[in-house]
Amino acid sequence: MWLTRHIGPAGWTFLFVLAVVATAVPYANQLLPPDHPWHASSYVVGLLGKYLTFALLALSVDLIWGYCGILSLGHGAFFALGGYAMGMYLMRQIGDRGVYADPLLPDFMVFLNWQELPWYWYGFDSFLFAMLMVMLVPGLLAFLFGWFAFRSRVTGVYLSIITQAMTYALMLAFFRNDMGFGGNNGLTDFKDILGFDLQSDATRCALFVASAAALGLGFMLARAVTGSTFGKVLVAIRDAESRTRFLGYRVDHYKLAAFTLSAMMAGVAGALYVPQVGIINPGEFAPANSIEIVVWVAVGGRGTLIGAALGAVVVNYAKTVFTGTFPEYWLFFLGGLFVFVTLFMPRGILGVADDLRRRFRRPSAPSARPADQPAE
Amino acid sequence: MAYPPTTDAILYLDGVSVSFDGFKALNALSFLIDPGELRAIIGPNGAGKTTMMDVVTGKTRPDGGTVLFEGKVDLTRQDEAAIAGLGIGRKFQKPTVFEHHSVFDNLLLALKGNRSPYRTLFARLGRDDRGRIDEILGIIRLGHVREEPAGALSHGQKQWLEIGMLLAQDPKLLLVDEPAAGMTDAETAETATLLKEIAQSHSVVVVEHDMAFVRELGCRVTVLHEGSVLAEGSLDQVSADHRVIEVYLGR
Ligand SMILES: Nc1ncnc2c1ncn2[C@@H]1O[C@H](COP(=O)(O)OP(=O)(O)OP(=O)(O)O)[C@@H](O)[C@H]1O
Ligand SMILES: [Mg+2]
Repeated sequence: MWLTRHIGPAGWTFLFVLAVVATAVPYANQLLPPDHPWHASSYVVGLLGKYLTFALLALSVDLIWGYCGILSLGHGAFFALGGYAMGMYLMRQIGDRGVYADPLLPDFMVFLNWQELPWYWYGFDSFLFAMLMVMLVPGLLAFLFGWFAFRSRVTGVYLSIITQAMTYALMLAFFRNDMGFGGNNGLTDFKDILGFDLQSDATRCALFVASAAALGLGFMLARAVTGSTFGKVLVAIRDAESRTRFLGYRVDHYKLAAFTLSAMMAGVAGALYVPQVGIINPGEFAPANSIEIVVWVAVGGRGTLIGAALGAVVVNYAKTVFTGTFPEYWLFFLGGLFVFVTLFMPRGILGVADDLRRRFRRPSAPSARPADQPAE
Repeated sequence: MAYPPTTDAILYLDGVSVSFDGFKALNALSFLIDPGELRAIIGPNGAGKTTMMDVVTGKTRPDGGTVLFEGKVDLTRQDEAAIAGLGIGRKFQKPTVFEHHSVFDNLLLALKGNRSPYRTLFARLGRDDRGRIDEILGIIRLGHVREEPAGALSHGQKQWLEIGMLLAQDPKLLLVDEPAAGMTDAETAETATLLKEIAQSHSVVVVEHDMAFVRELGCRVTVLHEGSVLAEGSLDQVSADHRVIEVYLGR
């Protein structure tokens, strides 16, 4: 099958571990009594579920940065857009249970004295439509953005800067009340999803499993893409873009396809994130968020997919611990971590693991991986 | 604009000029290559040989002049991918292979075929393709390192891999920039033999400084100097030309 053709032993191990986690955590929450040492509280379920969505987000960035050399510093925007699409569905699910009990308008619109639902909120009462938008909106934005950027051959630092500008502009736009997305409060006070109470542990477990499934599927998709000849062209573009052109490949088309797919994956991650944290606001568009994603990937090991997912979980776990004890130092720690990884572990955690393994075994066939240098 | 002249030449350059910050790298360069021809281009450093290839392959836009492929396609209006698609392949002066890809994958990427993202996403490597790659691996003598990353090859092996990629691409016209650079004498002689073989079924333009190599090719020679043609003819003819001796051979 196309989807499973290139998963490989490490990939199957990753999927197996993911499946174990997806079973064990809901089990520990639902079936172990609260006083059991292995019981997972709803807080823990939500936290781990959030990590899984970040892992999917990191995967999407690794797909284009690790394999195609496109250093997007704006992927937080696609994540947030997917999140907003989900948030709009969740808002409309509230119905007349809001503070103002308006059957159609979300509370913030009533508060702003709006009389009608804006046209772009139509359809979001349907789950299917909303899920479609979760992928289409980020995908479309990425397509338009990429169309102009890649055709004009904007690369390297310049591309990174305009992706930052894109997410920053979106943040400013979403802060405005008249945009109709709840201004700086964003969308929140969600009640239920598909009729299931978002506060209940069972729903949280279901969202956790859904996040694990999305991560697994995203991983398989990314493996299928990177293992195909298409993926080899992406790596060729990463390592020698102009050479690839002289072979007759339309580099802009390849970049555009990868970038759009990656944005859609990020959108799905955002959509799963929002019901688990219960809010989406313009802060998610903050340029620093997008930079943080790149750090996750770098820490885990760029161009390995598994490393990206691992890096997202490890760094976010560190963040959880850190912000619990001395929150004011987190950004310094993150910056320091990035410098450390760039200087001493250019291939991330997975690279270190790989080196250790090689030291004890006979050398095996080297795999395609990015040059041991920071992104251009 | 003037109606393009009709020509039987596979490559036709007329009055092509390129300047970089006022410096004329190509100065009204004109020459033509016949279908099936093997042609050597020589000339001192900075004569514009590589720049000429840049113009033909769409990397550099000329300030003026005509560049026609097969007498009909105006190459100055096409981009790199389109020109490659028309059937023009190129080996670079500095060998550029995909360092992180295996030798096999380098050839696979070069292999003639549909280049659309959709096709490469779902394509499976057929037996014919595999056979062709194996055949090329034999020709360029890299069969024993097929799974090695191309970055691990020696300089000479990279040169051969690039030639192999050209073979895989199977273009109508090959532009080969300094294929013998950094090779031993034995390797140089083998490269000449290989290029002559390729030239039996393709049009080939070779840029080279190594005179023994050019002699080995035994073909018509064009001497470039300061962006235009200084002399053209057999190697013996051009080596007897006093202007050629003065600017190039006599040094
Ligand atoms: N992109 C560029 N910008 C500025 N100058 C350039 C550029 N490319 C080439 N040149 C200049 O144009 C001239 C012709 O260069 P070109 O590389 O075509 O020479 P060449 O005949 O291939 O020489 P060599 O034998 O050293 O390879 C040189 O003086 C070079 O410095
Ligand atoms: Mg040159």
